[in-house]
Order: sequence, then C-alpha cells, then structure tokens
Amino acid sequence: MTEPEIKQIIFRSLKKIAPDTEPEKLNPDDDIRHTLEIDSFDALRFIVDLDEQLGVETPEQDYGKIATLRNLVNYIMTKKK
Amino acid sequence: MLEFKMPSLGADMEAGTLCEWLVKPGDKVKRGDIIATVDTQKGLIDIEVFDEGTIGELVIKPDEKVPVGTIMALIVPDKEPTVKKEEKAPVKKAEKKEEEKPTGEIPVTVILQGIKASPLAKRMATEKGIDLTTLKGSGEGGAITKADVENAIIEKMAPKEEKKVAAAESIRMAVAAAMSKSNREIPHYYLETKVDMSKALAWLSEANKQRSVKQRLLPVVLLLKAVAKALTEVPDLNGYWENGLHKKPDINIGFVISLRAGGVMIPAIHNIDKKTIDELMVSLNDIIPRARAMKLRSSELSESTITVTSLGENNAETVYGLIYPPQVAIVGFGSITEQPWAETGMLDVRPVLTATLSADHRATDGATGSRFLMAMKDYLQKPAEL
Repeated sequence: MTEPEIKQIIFRSLKKIAPDTEPEKLNPDDDIRHTLEIDSFDALRFIVDLDEQLGVETPEQDYGKIATLRNLVNYIMTKKK
Repeated sequence: MLEFKMPSLGADMEAGTLCEWLVKPGDKVKRGDIIATVDTQKGLIDIEVFDEGTIGELVIKPDEKVPVGTIMALIVPDKEPTVKKEEKAPVKKAEKKEEEKPTGEIPVTVILQGIKASPLAKRMATEKGIDLTTLKGSGEGGAITKADVENAIIEKMAPKEEKKVAAAESIRMAVAAAMSKSNREIPHYYLETKVDMSKALAWLSEANKQRSVKQRLLPVVLLLKAVAKALTEVPDLNGYWENGLHKKPDINIGFVISLRAGGVMIPAIHNIDKKTIDELMVSLNDIIPRARAMKLRSSELSESTITVTSLGENNAETVYGLIYPPQVAIVGFGSITEQPWAETGMLDVRPVLTATLSADHRATDGATGSRFLMAMKDYLQKPAEL
C-alpha cells in the first residue's frame, strides 16, 4: 500500500467521524486530534475505523506514536510491511 | 382513556412540531414503543409512549406545532392504569407551563413550517441539517421530495457549513434558556476533590489489553460507574427539585456531549448502576454518535436524573457545571494530569483527576455533597469492583 493510498483512507475515516473538518488540510506534523478538535471518544472511533479499513491493530501504548499525520502514515506502513 | 401529551424534552423546550405518526388508530402499543417523530430544537426526536394500550385517536396532525403538554393522542388502556405515575414525571411537569419566554424563535421548526415536503424528505433534511427553505421542490405542487433532499445532501457534502448554522443556533438558544433558568433559580453550592487515578488507569490499561480495539474502554466509563455507585449511597443527589426534592429510583446519568458546531446535547444513559462496564461502553458507543447527529429518543432527552460533564484528555483541569433543571446536581470531571501527590509523608507524581460537584442547596447541603464525592473517590480506588 502506498503513502497516498494510506492518506486517502485516513482522510476518509476522519471525515466520517468528524464530517465538518477538513483533514486534507492537515500538515504532516500537525497533531491530528488537536488540529481537528477530536475528543477521546471520536479518537477511539477513528482507531477502530482504521483497524477495520486496514487491519492494523493499534495497542493503547502506541497511541503516542500516531499523533501526527506523518507518524500515523509511517506507523501504518511499518505495520503493513 | 389515557392522554398522550407532547413531552417536555428538557427545561428549555416550549413546543414541538409533529413530523409523523408511526402508529394509526387501532394499533397496539406498549411502553417504550416509538409512536411519533417530533421536531424540536434538539433535532428530530423519536417519541416513546409510556403506557400500554390501543391507539384511540390521533388528535394532532403532522406539521402541527403545539406547546408542551398538549394532548397529541388518546390511548385506550389494556387494563386500569397502575401506579406508574412517577415515571411519567417529565410529561406531567409539562402541564404547568412556565411563564417565561426564553427560547424565542425555534429556527429549525419555523423553517419547516409552511413548506410543502414529504415527511420522509423532512426527516432526511433535519437529520442531515438541510434547510428546506433553500430547496426547490420537484414534486407535486412544488413539494420537496426525497430526491430533492438527496441532491441537497450531495451538494452539502462539498463542504459548506452554512446549512448547519440553523441547527447550531437553535441548540445555542436551547442551552441559553436552560442555563439562564438554572442560574436564576438554583442556589448552587460547589465542592471539589482531587482523585489519584493511578489504580484506575492501570486497571483500565490491563483491561484494554484483553479487549479488541472495538471493545476498548475509555476512562469515562469508570467515572460514570463510580458516580452511579456513589449515588446509590447518597441518593439525595439523584432526582428533581419541584417544590421539594423528589428522589428518583433509577440512576439515569445525563452525559454532556459537546457538538463540534457549538452547543451541547445531554442524552440520558439509563440505569448505569445496573450496567457492567462493558455494557456501559456499548451504550456510549451507541448514544454519542446519535447525539452528535441529533438523533435521540424522547426518553433519552427527558429522563436524566443527574448530569455528568467530562472534559476528556488534554483539556482544562477543573470544570464547575451549572445544574440542568429540574435536576439537583451536576458532576464535573477535568482532564487527568500528572501532578505532585503527597501520601504517607512521601511525595510522588500521579495521574490526578479533579472532580467537582455543583449541587442545589435547596435540595441538599454541603455535607451530603461531600459524602457523595468521597464515596465516588473510594470507588475509583477499587476499579475492579466497579
């Protein structure tokens, strides 16, 4: 899976959970939750959705590794290898 | 003959517009059945019936906007009504109509009035926040059809927020009305305590390792559960003030959900004391997205017996809530932060939660409130028992 494909899935998932945000405008190093104002509950829904779309299970202790778009994409790419 | 009245879905609701009857005369209904949808400031609400019987007559028609307490339908009871009166409190209360005029206009409803549209089209429009006045109907006599709304929804997907403004504004007015009433009428007292969350969070982290991503628990379920357990010990905080304190047998916690566009929805999560932690998480997973989409049931808007507001991660440390009338208490949880913690003469760093209680001084005194907070704090030290 390529980086743009992963990004597309991430954006679609964020859009589903927070329809009135514009995830495409995220900068690679923006904190996703902070920038899009996503609360704990929606953050969990996002992780559940990514798991369903990509089959990447994120343990709780890894939440810190997926805070920004760049890190999240890298995390998924590593896991998908 | 039982009278089914326009329910009050909160202290701020004055009137509702019937969108659609989901039953017809002769239909059998039982407690909890959804018999109508009503358009309110808080979105399109499924209205549940509290009695068992057969629908006798539908008194009001779709599109009619009527004040809270107006008879909507007559129901022929199966048997003599039993002592279920207490449970009808939200409906009964509606009869003595408040004199105030806090909400002013109800934008969503007003917009819908006088517009020709099929009930389905209206429902879809309300769900998706489509303003029907902006649509051109393609149906008979210019009526707006399902297809028209669908087109509008597609158009709306191309991001433009304006159409959400009407709904957001009406929620704003609803919050304004309820909170003004609260601040005007309820003499609040406030208490605060700090809770060491290390045991609770450690337990949660272990518990989540055993669960799939989908079943994972959030810290808030422990907080809600601890509130419910503490209320069983201090029941005076669980109820309404209506010319005296009316304690409620069920513990239905209204959980504050903030809407991205501004404003809050406070759906009731029923009988939390009787739910397991996992059942509670399932309830939250069901109710939070529906609250955000403004798709709640009447019982979820009218049956809260106390409110909990929790700020979640990375937010302010302390929140003092305003009581949602006619309730008598609101519990506030700030973000959990690492703080220095002194215990048995030693200093340590712990994850600390600031919990507050705002309570109605007409109903209880500080000693009662304090007992509640201490009980809750104790429960949070024994997470496995929650």
